[in-house]
Amino acid sequence: MPAKRDSHSPAGKSLPERGLLLLIVLVLLQGSVLPLGAASSPNTSRNDYVDNPQVKVGKSNYTKKAFPVLTLDYHHIQAPFEISLWILLASLMKLGFHLIPRLSGIVPESCLLITVGLLVGGLIKLAGEDVPPVLDSRLFFLCLLPPIILDAGYFLPIRPFMENLGTILMFAVVGTLWNAFFIGGLLYAVCQIQPANPSILHKIELLPCLLFGSIISAVDPVAVLAVFEEIHINELLHILVFGESLLNDAVTVVLYHLFEEYSGAGTVTVLDCFLGIISFLVVAIGGVLVGVIYGLLAAFTSRFTSHVRVIEPLFVFVYAYMAYLSAEVFHLSGIMALIACGATMRPYVEANISHKSHTTVKYFLKMWSSVSETLIFIFLGVATVDGPHHWNWTFVTVTVLLCLVSRVIGVVGLTYVINKFRIVKLTTKDQFIIAYGGLRGAIAFSLGFLLKKDLFPMREMFLTAIITVVFFTVFVQGMTIQPLVELLAVKKKQEAKRTINEEIHTQFLDHLLTGIEDICGHYGHHHWKDKLNRFNKKYVKKCLIAGERSKEPQLIAFYHKMEFKQAIEMVESGGGFKMPSAMPSTVSMQNIQPKKPPPAKPVEKAEKAPSQLPKGREEEIRKILRSNLQRTRLRLRSYNRHTLVADPFEDGFDDLLIKKQKMIELEKKIKDMNNYLTVPAAPPDSPTMCRARLSSGKDTDFKPAQQQKGNKTGPDPQSYRAKPESDSVPTIHVDLASPQSPDSVNVMDEFRRAGQQRGGERGEEDQGLMMRPHKTGEGADGKDPQKLTRCLSDPGPSADEEEDQPFLA
Amino acid sequence: MGASQTRAEHQYQDLADKTGFSFEQIKNLFQRFQQLSGNEETISRANLDSIPALANNPIRKQIIGAFFDKRNQHQDEVGSCDQIGFEQFLMVMSHFRPPNLRTTDEEKEAMRKEKLRFLFNMHDSDNDGTITLAEYRKVVEELLSKSGEIGQETAKAIADAAMLEVASINVPNMGPEEFYEGITFEHFEEILKGLEMESRMHIRFLDVDTSTMRCGKSQS
Repeated sequence: MPAKRDSHSPAGKSLPERGLLLLIVLVLLQGSVLPLGAASSPNTSRNDYVDNPQVKVGKSNYTKKAFPVLTLDYHHIQAPFEISLWILLASLMKLGFHLIPRLSGIVPESCLLITVGLLVGGLIKLAGEDVPPVLDSRLFFLCLLPPIILDAGYFLPIRPFMENLGTILMFAVVGTLWNAFFIGGLLYAVCQIQPANPSILHKIELLPCLLFGSIISAVDPVAVLAVFEEIHINELLHILVFGESLLNDAVTVVLYHLFEEYSGAGTVTVLDCFLGIISFLVVAIGGVLVGVIYGLLAAFTSRFTSHVRVIEPLFVFVYAYMAYLSAEVFHLSGIMALIACGATMRPYVEANISHKSHTTVKYFLKMWSSVSETLIFIFLGVATVDGPHHWNWTFVTVTVLLCLVSRVIGVVGLTYVINKFRIVKLTTKDQFIIAYGGLRGAIAFSLGFLLKKDLFPMREMFLTAIITVVFFTVFVQGMTIQPLVELLAVKKKQEAKRTINEEIHTQFLDHLLTGIEDICGHYGHHHWKDKLNRFNKKYVKKCLIAGERSKEPQLIAFYHKMEFKQAIEMVESGGGFKMPSAMPSTVSMQNIQPKKPPPAKPVEKAEKAPSQLPKGREEEIRKILRSNLQRTRLRLRSYNRHTLVADPFEDGFDDLLIKKQKMIELEKKIKDMNNYLTVPAAPPDSPTMCRARLSSGKDTDFKPAQQQKGNKTGPDPQSYRAKPESDSVPTIHVDLASPQSPDSVNVMDEFRRAGQQRGGERGEEDQGLMMRPHKTGEGADGKDPQKLTRCLSDPGPSADEEEDQPFLA
Repeated sequence: MGASQTRAEHQYQDLADKTGFSFEQIKNLFQRFQQLSGNEETISRANLDSIPALANNPIRKQIIGAFFDKRNQHQDEVGSCDQIGFEQFLMVMSHFRPPNLRTTDEEKEAMRKEKLRFLFNMHDSDNDGTITLAEYRKVVEELLSKSGEIGQETAKAIADAAMLEVASINVPNMGPEEFYEGITFEHFEEILKGLEMESRMHIRFLDVDTSTMRCGKSQS
């Protein structure tokens, strides 16, 4: 095992370097290729690429040159090629960092990416090329930012967000205003202080200072997301900081345009202030409105897509992007429009689109946003190298200090006010994390980049100061926040999935509190929430959701989702996993059924589940089971552009595999603890036996079932003695004993065959990996080799639990 | 009104000590109580039943039942009564008070227990200390009672799944002959650990001058 890992890790380490090397080569090549490409086709202008060969042929009439067998035309592909190169670089970097587990534990990814950007920028400069204006504002605001924000908006945890909306708005609006004016004002004061020093700082007027303050004061969602995703902080703090970073966009937009406008004019009147406030309301509410309208449109469209499933995900993306662009047209808050759009469409779209489309949406959003995020951080590094800098010690240090001070004062002051209205008070620790989590990022930089040189002669100094603040927050705060969270013992996020009991009681509590409020006779927020829910159910859902699902209450929808997921897991794993609880157990239906006498044969819980399904669902699950069984056959089917017939779970396949393996491991561990700690260890199997067992696939697939059965026969050690033997016999023995459901026999049968088939496939894959561990693990007890093989065949570094959460929530 | 002022004050002080409400809250609730009872001393099921806003609540029966349940009166009595006075009304309401900043951890724990006990009692209709499968099914059925036919069919399955989950969380290794009787209070606590009842199960009682506001004033 150690040997194996060692052989792996050098390759892992060298990957980033290799990626970098590749890039250098490509960049150099680009330099040398450029003139070459230009020379080879001097006559072709950009316009007639389409019929290039014909043109060439035509021209060869008078030049009498031989027909060029191989031509090099780099210009032709330059732009897309370079874009792809950047994306490739970003992806490779991300890949590289995840291959080095220790590094990502210490340094946040954002820091590493900025460093990479710095290196790449330096290399480009060394190569004598012009650094492309990578982080120019158009690219940033139109291409890089929207995916991240849409991802955040679509998967926004609505409930905690709405519950804390007041606090979030307070921080986002009042906090940002305070920061902007505090920083801007004091900065101006500092600039005026040094009369003895004839520095250029004197020339700065108040308005540019305030403009700078408003740019630098906004907390950046990209930076916050990047850091907070890694520290796994509790839900409340996460939503507070993250929500603030999203909603302060409106304030920033207004302040920015306001100050930019007036720094030309020079004077600001009371009327202008008043107009500013109005403009803020228009920008914020207008943005949300635009988002909601597009969200509802998307939901409405998705109602009719049941025949063209393949383009379903596209509607989600395109409508959201349209919302963003439409908001930007009027200088409304595009970020708020995106958030509103994503959050509005999600519940309806999710009910309408197919499971596969949903997975596609999920993965596409995650993919886009992570690539964008990576690119933004790399570009930030590149732009740092590129930009003309004007370093002014006083200005930069004062800015950094003021940012910290104003943030702390703002958070402490606001919490003091907010805590009077909050039920769950924010403690000192919370305040610290909120203040410390106020990271600045690429949005500030891009806004600074937008400034016009002739209006703001200090632009370069501003940019330098912004970059310093961004680097300071991302590097210093981003790197130290994790240890600080540990040190302060701030509550972490609970990883546990939502159980059905919790869901029942959440619903129950909602109704209960509404009822109590009604009895008290005043209308609190539970009352209005209930009203809204009822309105939603009665009218909106009917319009936006197709078919019977519109009438489905939340609890039932939740239950169905869970059941569905479970069925998928069952197919993938070959059985054994029951209700969503993580604990493997032997409790089955009969244990809680009071009426029927215990059936003669033990009933597997997993078999029971499908039999309880309502007709439609059952059909669906059956289809899955069947298609899974026929996978190999279906692959040969003709390709159809409009429907995806085959590949039932290719999308979520890896996910499930990982989870399944984790589950089996866990189950094994617990079983081992239960059984083998008290019972003398089973005689170790011979390696060949183990291998045979694994390649037959029975071990991985039917282990839990057998173990459960073994357990059920009684707690005496004798039965466990017999277990290893029963393991090694490759028969599947599953009792079908749910007398009230004849259907389950059918389903079970298919599911068993599916398991068999898959087992075979898996076995082949496993064999290559298995040879080594057996040698190392031979000395240990009989269970060890199996555990080792399981570790090795684990396809990924870790299962991303986060990915599944939206599906269940 | 003026003559009864001092008497009322006195009475309020008593109630405030018992339930933890502030005077203003009690006053407001008393007004509501009188409004509901039609200026009677006691209130009956019919009075609560006739609240129009409650008509759409799927668990209306249980909510009203909880008001007349003697177990929720901080006494060791069992069973239900037909009429409750204002004091009992307040007692039930006091289960929905929010915690404040100065609540210690032990108090919070006690509060959580008390709130959970209230919920548990709502489910455990026959007061035998366990929520049986039949009782749990009834709860889910009530919860889904507004969603018509599909709701009723699925309710049973959901309750079964939930029960199974409780059983597998609390008694992971069970023989086939063993029988899981029902959810005891300890198990109930266990399964709802993640919900943070102490801070979630509350409503904002209408008052002009809350205790938290006053605490803020005294500090400043």
